[in-house]
Amino acid sequence: MHELSIAEAIVERAAETARLHGGGRVTAVRVTVGELAGVVPDALRFSFEVARVGTALETARLVVRDVPARARCAPCGGEFAVGSPPSMWCPRCDGLSRELLGGRELEVTAIELEEASG
Amino acid sequence: MCRVVDVRRAVLAKNDTLAGALREELAGRGTIVVNLLSSPGSGKTALLERVLAHTSARGVPTAALTADLATEHDARRLARSGVPVRQVLTGGLCHLEAAQLRAHLEGWLPAGTRVLYVENVGNLVCPASYDLGETLRITLMSVTEGEDKPLKYPTAFGLAHLVVLTKTDLERAVGFDRAAFVRNVTGVNPGVEIAETSARSGEGVESLVDRVLAVVRGAAVHRPAMAAAAHAVAHANTHGPDGDHALPLGDPAGRLP
Ligand SMILES: [Zn+2]
Repeated sequence: MHELSIAEAIVERAAETARLHGGGRVTAVRVTVGELAGVVPDALRFSFEVARVGTALETARLVVRDVPARARCAPCGGEFAVGSPPSMWCPRCDGLSRELLGGRELEVTAIELEEASG
Repeated sequence: MCRVVDVRRAVLAKNDTLAGALREELAGRGTIVVNLLSSPGSGKTALLERVLAHTSARGVPTAALTADLATEHDARRLARSGVPVRQVLTGGLCHLEAAQLRAHLEGWLPAGTRVLYVENVGNLVCPASYDLGETLRITLMSVTEGEDKPLKYPTAFGLAHLVVLTKTDLERAVGFDRAAFVRNVTGVNPGVEIAETSARSGEGVESLVDRVLAVVRGAAVHRPAMAAAAHAVAHANTHGPDGDHALPLGDPAGRLP
């Protein structure tokens, strides 16, 4: 279950960003997870609850945005969902796409910080 | 009140950076890493034993590091080939990371090593996400694992520079559907080559070693579509005001430099 390592990396990245911005409490972390990122979102959510303990993210929410995998077919010019199980074979012309347009994302996109009152 | 800070950074950026640095450092010493991914029971150790012997018999200084959870038995088997072998324990971790590999190499990797084979932890899920600084990533599976395997582990097969099929001597006995296998591999990794091997008969071992040695001499490796997509994402920086409309999909400017 490498989702724990990934959750730890998310917490580390978010905590570092929080420190750079005045060190407030982090209320949410937004991440983008592609369909082909090799990460199971539920396992990531569970791991995040473990990884955040004792950090500036102790009470932060994890907001996951899923990105479907899509490909472009050179032979017919069409775009299609790579699907699950994934296939780069074009459903329209059965040509082989070599261009994945998205679905490999694994990024921290934003954190939400509580403003110090006053 | 709260405020939103844009971060937009790959979660595994730290490992990727360390891996890139290790790759460069090793290249400076004339060494390439071959990262081997497979499930337990793929016959990887038996094949690697033969590959090590053949690589070293050709006068190419070779070493191997195994992180397979199994036992020290693997390391002893590999050591029969006569090349330096190191067994590392991952402490229950399901994959190796670049920083760990680097630490294990320090003070051990013999000077002048041209090829270091790394037998990653035996599973096809977690190791796929971690670049170890390898120049050649090989994903292996045996005919006994079934032709659908690449569909079940798309990132392991999708990010491979070379796919190796093992135990081909059992192909007929298990009713392996080779045409479907090729279509499945190609469907997750268009254009990747498939090497067929049998550690039992020795078939395909020489030709696999040829491929590895070509890379040692600087031959280009296959560039998987999935790897290119990840790179494009890492470089994309267009995003909407709240970060939720950030769609770095297919950004043509995000191509490999
Ligand atoms: Zn098409």
